[in-house]
Amino acid sequence: MSKMHVTMNVNGKEVEGLAEPRTLLIHFLRENLNITGPHIGCETSHCGACTVDMDGKSVKSCTVFVAQAQGKDVTTVEGLVNEDGSLGVIQEMFREHHGLQCGFCTPGMITRAHRLLQENPNPTEEEIRFGMAGNLCRCTGYQNIVKSIAAAADTLNAQKEAAE
Amino acid sequence: MNEQTLTPEQRAANLKGMGSSRKRVEDVRFTQGKGNYVDDIKLDGMLFGDFVRSPYAHARVVSINTEEAMKVPGVVAVLTAEDLAPLGLHWMPTLAGDKQMVLADGKVLFQGQEVAFVVAEDRYAAADAAELVEVDYEELPVVVDPFEALKSDVVLREDTVDENGNATEGAHGPRNHPNHIFTWEQGEKEATEAVLSEADVVAEEMVYYHRTHPCPLETCGSVASMDKVTGKLTLWGTFQAPHAIRTVVSLISGIAEHNIRVISPDIGGGFGNKVGAYAGYVCSVVASIVTGKPVKWVEDRMENLMSTAFARDYWMQGKIAATKDGKITGLWCHTTADHGGFDACADPTKFPAGFMNICTGSYDIPTAYLAVEGVYTNKAPGGVAYRCSFRVTEAAYFIERMIEVLAIKLNMDAAELRRINFIKKDQFPYQSALGWEYDSGDYHTAWDKALESVGYDKLRAEQAQQIEDFKAGKTRKLMGIGLTHFTEIVGAGPVKNCDILGLGMFDSCEIRIHPTGSAIARLGTISQGQGHATTFAQIIASEIGLPADDITLEEGDTDTAPYGLGTYGSRSTPVAGAATAMAARKIRAKAQMIAAYLLEVHDDDVEWDIDRFAVKGAPERFKTMKEIAFAAYNQAIPGLEPGLEAVSYYDPPNMTYPFGAYICVLDIDVDTGAADIRSFYALDDCGTRINPMIIEGQVHGGLTEALAIAMGQEIAYDEMGNVKTGTLMDFFIPTAWETPNYITDHTTTPSPHHPIGAKGVGESPNVGGVPCFSNAVHDAFRPFGLTQTHMPHDHWRIWKTANDLGLHG
Repeated sequence: MSKMHVTMNVNGKEVEGLAEPRTLLIHFLRENLNITGPHIGCETSHCGACTVDMDGKSVKSCTVFVAQAQGKDVTTVEGLVNEDGSLGVIQEMFREHHGLQCGFCTPGMITRAHRLLQENPNPTEEEIRFGMAGNLCRCTGYQNIVKSIAAAADTLNAQKEAAE
Repeated sequence: MNEQTLTPEQRAANLKGMGSSRKRVEDVRFTQGKGNYVDDIKLDGMLFGDFVRSPYAHARVVSINTEEAMKVPGVVAVLTAEDLAPLGLHWMPTLAGDKQMVLADGKVLFQGQEVAFVVAEDRYAAADAAELVEVDYEELPVVVDPFEALKSDVVLREDTVDENGNATEGAHGPRNHPNHIFTWEQGEKEATEAVLSEADVVAEEMVYYHRTHPCPLETCGSVASMDKVTGKLTLWGTFQAPHAIRTVVSLISGIAEHNIRVISPDIGGGFGNKVGAYAGYVCSVVASIVTGKPVKWVEDRMENLMSTAFARDYWMQGKIAATKDGKITGLWCHTTADHGGFDACADPTKFPAGFMNICTGSYDIPTAYLAVEGVYTNKAPGGVAYRCSFRVTEAAYFIERMIEVLAIKLNMDAAELRRINFIKKDQFPYQSALGWEYDSGDYHTAWDKALESVGYDKLRAEQAQQIEDFKAGKTRKLMGIGLTHFTEIVGAGPVKNCDILGLGMFDSCEIRIHPTGSAIARLGTISQGQGHATTFAQIIASEIGLPADDITLEEGDTDTAPYGLGTYGSRSTPVAGAATAMAARKIRAKAQMIAAYLLEVHDDDVEWDIDRFAVKGAPERFKTMKEIAFAAYNQAIPGLEPGLEAVSYYDPPNMTYPFGAYICVLDIDVDTGAADIRSFYALDDCGTRINPMIIEGQVHGGLTEALAIAMGQEIAYDEMGNVKTGTLMDFFIPTAWETPNYITDHTTTPSPHHPIGAKGVGESPNVGGVPCFSNAVHDAFRPFGLTQTHMPHDHWRIWKTANDLGLHG
């Protein structure tokens, strides 16, 4: 199958590559760009391990063709670290509150949590649970994930307030 | 602040040793996407493998045509059993003493069985080509019911019958039918039957623990790289037991063991799914040898659910005898175990039904008998311990259901029935009727604490009111109170009892102290999310007084780590954790001699004090472990070799017996069948607690897996042997939305034989959680005459139960 010239912005950098149009975005990220944070857990959109941010929306990159991502802005978990290389607030809160165990769902969880908090900076527990329901975790039972996201919301809001 | 001015409490806190909720060191990598899982491995020229799988559950393979597949650009090879046969690799040994086809050798025995392995330059080409492999099948009659299988004329495994069609002897003794695998008996049959015949009360029930699957979020996979220049094979894979895999690969391939390096990189959850050996591992190795290039195989989710190891599928017929006052006098169990097409259970060799004989549970039952009959059917092989020690979940579910059934028969409160039958604190070490020596326990204390914490009497009063309201038509909801007191048996195990394929189940730890007082430790286990790099460093920190933050921990590389049997069956802390403490103590013993020399006193005149040796009676005269480490390398000490390191291979004298008391309250909507978990209280006693934060996380996770299993998760087949739950659309995994918050609690009863008293905890919540959720559902319907119904309790089944009981009017 002939390949197309793909360009997109990933984690703030313009990138390009050659791929068959049917190539899934997750494979383009992982294999062409060596961005291996997003994982493949089901290939049917259920588990959310492959979640990335595309043009300001959470998408499951296992069911997005690379052709659909042409020219888009994509953020993965790698793009959520601070400029100095330290962990971003959500990442730090997942560590602080034991919001991960095997780590396989974590990049998708954190990327989804990032978008959730963009959309709703003050979520209730119910809103966090509903907003994260597209991401499966087999290890944590979600309790500490919910706690991590709530703590991240508080920290981000406090930072915003301090900056104003 | 220096070491002179710190208080002992501050010095201890600085170590972040045992008992500290130390943050996980793993998380810095994982939270920024820098984990290194199998599918992240990328090697120059690496090829991808993909399987052609059988659409039929039972069929003869008449022919395989690979011509069209080979024409796909990028395809390098298509392997079939014919290609593997000259290497003797078309079949492989299973962990249960049976053998299993790597690629279909003349026939297929379950839907999804591996038939051919396509190797291509990228995964898309491999998948395209797999579609084009033409396989001509001749369908055979399908047997999916284990009871039917034992009566059927259909022989599933022609390789296990003689020329007259009679079953040949199996790995676990005589077989009485071609589809029979083994019968395993424990306890006293006649004595138990005598007790049953004379008892005041006997309750009898069939308790089915359905087939399910561990389904870790990362599927199974491997990367094999055969270096033809050095003759060395490197195999990365999702292996819960990397050292055992190395030995098995060596034995079946004939490659010398020193020429095989097995590496388990980060593992995205295991839960028992990654203990066994799979066709994909073998095919990636063969393909690498054949092509001379590295070959990656990673299964997709459907392949994972259809073909890699399932769990449970035990039909447990039980009888429990008691006096009219509720004192249990005997327990009888006959289990029919559906093993699928090959016996690929992961159990120690002498235990074909695992530790199912822990089924007397937390109770002092004087007489018991257990028989387990293994059966071949046209289903995927497996029978692994899904977040439990070998078959312990089945045992716990069985006894905790039988207790409830007996309580109904006696018209007794199930909490009280448990209390009067618990093994008492002063009976430990306790010899069970089915052959185990329970190490320690204090069940009454745990039980009372649990009942009090949830306000048990009040809950029962509320429930009674609700039943009245229901009967009066004021509500359509029923309240269920689920109780469970479980006892596990984990930490296999003493080598005298426990081996897998002849490999003794000890474990190991090697510690090297560096001159500046930091350290590296390597273990024979492998973390899959348990946080070993965090917790094992805590054990060392407490034992030798160096901060946990200064201790690196490594696992999973067989070229560097000491040999061990891996991580499953809650064995890491009981076995490798013990090895860690013992290796640390060897180091401390040498450190004591060094300190005494430096302080110019006799060895016996110094004593250990948190992070240092001090002169007895003169605590101001001391040498810290850091100082000792430097001296160990850089000072000539008469009679002592330089250096400070130790290794321990630990063969535990007994297994450990964690226990817990769980209580679940749920509300059932009789008209929709929906069950809403109102609260869940989990008290765990895992002995000494190393990291409370991690223990709590393990409990949350295990309970959620239990929620899944009890309330909806199953591997279901239709009568043609088609898998009905092959994707995450059909195979239930709870989301954050369905999962409740849990209340965790604990008591601490250390194991008397473990160096630090720890018992292991990772699997307790699954073992105790499943019966607790299930008992809650049963309890809701108890006033309406329900004694037993089968899991999973999804909305449909709960609705059906309500309907069968006439609750829909």
